[in-house]
Amino acid sequence: MERQNKAWTIFRYVTIAIGLFIVFFPIYSVLISAFKTQTEYYNSGLQLPHDWFNFDNFRKVFKVGRLGLGFKNIFIILVVSLAGNVLIGTMVAYALGRFDFKMKKPIMGMYLVAQVIPMITTQVATFQVIKFLGAYNEIYAPMLLYLGADVLQIVIYLQFVNNIPRDLDESAMVEGASLFKIYRSIIFPLLAPATATLIIMKTISIYNDFYTPYLYMPSRKLQVVSTAIYSFVGPNAAQINVISAGILIIFIPTLVIYLFLQRYIFAGVTNGAVK
Amino acid sequence: MFNLSYKTQRILILFGFLTIPVLLSLTFSYYPALSLLYYSFTDWSGLGWEMNWVGFDNYKEIFSRPEIFGVFKNNAYYFVGGLLQTCVALYFAIVLTSRLKGRNIFRSMLFIPYVLHSVAIVIMFRNVYHVQYGSLNIFLEAIGLGSWQQQWLGNPHLVNFSLAFISIWKYFGLTMVIFIGALQSIPADNYEAAKIDGASGWQTFRFITLPSIRSVLELMLILTLTGALEAFDIPYIMMLGANDTHTFVSKTVDMAFKFQQAGLASAMAVVLLLIVIAFIILQRKLLFREEK
Repeated sequence: MERQNKAWTIFRYVTIAIGLFIVFFPIYSVLISAFKTQTEYYNSGLQLPHDWFNFDNFRKVFKVGRLGLGFKNIFIILVVSLAGNVLIGTMVAYALGRFDFKMKKPIMGMYLVAQVIPMITTQVATFQVIKFLGAYNEIYAPMLLYLGADVLQIVIYLQFVNNIPRDLDESAMVEGASLFKIYRSIIFPLLAPATATLIIMKTISIYNDFYTPYLYMPSRKLQVVSTAIYSFVGPNAAQINVISAGILIIFIPTLVIYLFLQRYIFAGVTNGAVK
Repeated sequence: MFNLSYKTQRILILFGFLTIPVLLSLTFSYYPALSLLYYSFTDWSGLGWEMNWVGFDNYKEIFSRPEIFGVFKNNAYYFVGGLLQTCVALYFAIVLTSRLKGRNIFRSMLFIPYVLHSVAIVIMFRNVYHVQYGSLNIFLEAIGLGSWQQQWLGNPHLVNFSLAFISIWKYFGLTMVIFIGALQSIPADNYEAAKIDGASGWQTFRFITLPSIRSVLELMLILTLTGALEAFDIPYIMMLGANDTHTFVSKTVDMAFKFQQAGLASAMAVVLLLIVIAFIILQRKLLFREEK
């Protein structure tokens, strides 16, 4: 029995080592390439770079690939979309979770069904709506889509609102608080844990999104990070070292968020899936 | 601040809080889905508004032209990859919930690919797979397996495996964390009892672990299936559909925006939408059966 346990432990560690190797091998190759010169890259294989302080590739990809602009655009889109998502999500959850009215069931059902429609399939038609609204090739296009078509936050907030005791509302009403004040000073603050998780999960998914900016904002001025690196690679495919520097920079923001806020991400993943 | 009766306030809140969100959802979820259905019965090009009703012609075309419906075979690679990913993720979830030094650190490290930028990941793998200078071939050479070197993206028999692997690489940590959540919710008593009864490791897995996480397992299967059906980013960014790597969605996007056949593309989207919804309903049914 003891021997069997020992063998099992060794087996577990060996498989973990293989798993870690597979996860980190591609990242390692990007990391070392980013600091190499073009000739060094072609001649040195998997060796460490000569000079870890060679930032030429980073400078070049920032300038030619216009990554700075990409970061600025995605930041604006993120702030507006996230603020809107949190507002809309908490408002709808409050209205649907706390009041009974004729349209409650239909609206609830509408959100549950909308959740099932995969956005990617309806692009052909959504494209016409965006064009009709005059938002095509404007920074509003992705904002509108992240606000309107993604309803995940409403479903999650609804679960959380139902867990806030109604006594809190009632005692506030006894003291004469308005319904808006109840939303603002009781419901909204108590939804903070859900808000934190949502903001982090949505930041990652919006930052990662490729097809929305690609389809709706082809203008070079409106490039976000994902479309910027995509269009940089096309004509510069041979400069793998420069591209690697770009990849590395793009990896950093979500990686930092992950390292510091891991707890919320794991909570979001588990709640989102096992609901 | 508000000297209105609660009745008036209620009406104000309901209208004020719901009108805009409902309008947004109607405009960006429901109207597109319905107009998609309408376009799918027309010969619309996608430019201008000229369109003629053609009945089921687009649907007939989808099922009779093998180069359209046949691309589902490429989605199958992502499905098989997803199944593999589910198995491996379950194994790692079990290992990393068992008593093991450093399991939390390993868990965090194995999850990293999921948070990395999706486009950058695909480009990173393009460099890894590069025939001459890619780190994969260089690595194989270095460990004496030079004969295993491949044209990972150039070989038509291999390319879809290479692409599906990227998907496994990215999403495996996510599946693992979901499984870990499910495993941790199994009461420890069950395992104690099994131990006292002298159950082997495999028996414990088969008769305690598996039944306890069945609903999550089913959910993962459906997610694998719908995820495989909706696969788009990886082949599109990597290959632009070249070398027979089109998936159904990338074909749809090309049909609509490149070949100006919006009617046909709409019909393709409707077909996909129906398949995906059918699977999701199936999953809800399975879940419901369990609750009963």
